[in-house]
Amino acid sequence: MNTRRWLNRLFLSGLCVLALIALVPLFSVLFYVVSHGAPSLTPEFFTSLPAPVGDPGGGIGHAILGSVVLISMCSLISIPLGLGMGILLSEYSQKPVSRLLGVVVELLSSIPSIVVGLFAYALVVRPFKGFSAHAGAVALSMIMIPLIARTTEEMLKLVPRSVREAGLALGLPKARVILSIVLKGSVRSLTVGVILAVARIAGETAPLLFTAFASQHWFQGLSQPLASIPVQIYTYAVSPYEEWHSKAWGGALILILMVLGLNLVIRFFLPRRRDG
Amino acid sequence: MRDIPVEKNLVDLYFRRVLYGFAILAFLLLGGMFVFLIDLGLPAFQEVGLLNLLGLEWNPPLKSFGILPFIYGTLVSSLLALLLATPVSVAAALFLTEIAPARVGAIFGFLVEMLAAIPSVVYGLWGLFVVIPWLRTSVEPFLRGSLGFIPLFSGPIYGVGMLAAGMILSIMITPTITAICKEVFRAVPRPLKEGVLALGSTRSEMLWIGVVSSSRSGILGAMILGLSRALGETMAVTMVIGNTAEISLSLFAPHQTMASAVASEVAEATGTHLSALGVVGLVLLLISGCLFLFLRISLRKGGDSK
Repeated sequence: MNTRRWLNRLFLSGLCVLALIALVPLFSVLFYVVSHGAPSLTPEFFTSLPAPVGDPGGGIGHAILGSVVLISMCSLISIPLGLGMGILLSEYSQKPVSRLLGVVVELLSSIPSIVVGLFAYALVVRPFKGFSAHAGAVALSMIMIPLIARTTEEMLKLVPRSVREAGLALGLPKARVILSIVLKGSVRSLTVGVILAVARIAGETAPLLFTAFASQHWFQGLSQPLASIPVQIYTYAVSPYEEWHSKAWGGALILILMVLGLNLVIRFFLPRRRDG
Repeated sequence: MRDIPVEKNLVDLYFRRVLYGFAILAFLLLGGMFVFLIDLGLPAFQEVGLLNLLGLEWNPPLKSFGILPFIYGTLVSSLLALLLATPVSVAAALFLTEIAPARVGAIFGFLVEMLAAIPSVVYGLWGLFVVIPWLRTSVEPFLRGSLGFIPLFSGPIYGVGMLAAGMILSIMITPTITAICKEVFRAVPRPLKEGVLALGSTRSEMLWIGVVSSSRSGILGAMILGLSRALGETMAVTMVIGNTAEISLSLFAPHQTMASAVASEVAEATGTHLSALGVVGLVLLLISGCLFLFLRISLRKGGDSK
């Protein structure tokens, strides 16, 4: 009996230790990113172009702008398409097209992002003979569309059937019911879905490496290579220069603040269980 | 939920047509992905040949394009990640469903989810400057000293290499495996747990016999999902694995995975080299597609038996 009691204690405490090990990397990453990144965050870091190696100062303003451009382009493409697919999945779920779409969307979201990048490369970069912001936006959209489609489907399915029936009973066409009643009532939760998707693609690096590529200049048009924060972090991190490493940490801090910030905002913003 | 039937209406008709258009676009994207990757890879099939593509040597300047080192790197790093992540994830899921008080469990669960929110490139940066020095100066010398007679733990120590990649990957797939295990453990019926306790088992015996053993297939499903995440993970691996197309038993040696090969070489590749990387992408796409189908089919089976 005594051995069993000891084994019990040993097992339970081992379990707790193992579980806590899962959190060590989180705190370690946050600690290093903040402690190594904070010194680089000067106003200049946000507003100026990179300085050549050896020169003091310089920043990643061009990459921040580039990320904003890429995310905006990608949102412009993905939000309508993702919402549309989500509506089809949720409101027309009995149609064969909708069922097939369900499988396709899931499959698309399970494809590694590097493969998506390669597809964007073959689709846009190769025919137009050059890295471009367009190609980067296409690659990111392929990742963002399935994300939005799936959250939209889930959120719309939370709307009770009686609400739709009430609209139809008033004689509204189904399209009207979907647009003015179902969607309108879910604006909040749909926004949450979109923000989560943005937070997810903001850190995507792999598909940008050979689509939007990188650049040392300010935005030069959509058919030119475009810098972005994650790619800039990668470039700086694998460089042999000490001072570039600290800029990589600075970039990582900006990225982390953005991504975790968005996630935290959503925690407070998330639709609480509706009453009744 | 059944659709609500309505009379035909012109607005509805057009609305639905637009939505169908979106769906067709999604089908085209998926189909296009296969077509374009095949198109990208075709010249390599013709010039190098299938047999040479399955070779052991990847050396673009010498025109040898064997992709086996990448497949080896992907498989070993992912399996290593799975080996490290599964015990931690199962423990984390047990902790937050069965042991921790509700509030502690919620905070713990949130923190584990945050692990998934950290971008891959940040993990890579952290791996490069924090994990690798630690591996190089303490972990790997210790492993070689105590287990050096096993080929896995022998050979020169670089810091970058398979072990670093496996460790970072394991951190990145922990949230995925934990999330699925959590759902699986929550689904274990309460009477089963109470029954085991009533037979006089201790709490840990209940957790082992009642919860973990009865969820074996669910845990396996979670592991496969984690595996499919690990296979395609790119940036963090590219930054820590050493980017050397080699097959070596030593976990300390630098390697290359399919994803990291594509990431590090496509931007500068031309001609056959580029095309061979297209083949690598195609293989990765096919592997992730197969895992997806496997998961879907096994999930459906699981659903039927209930």
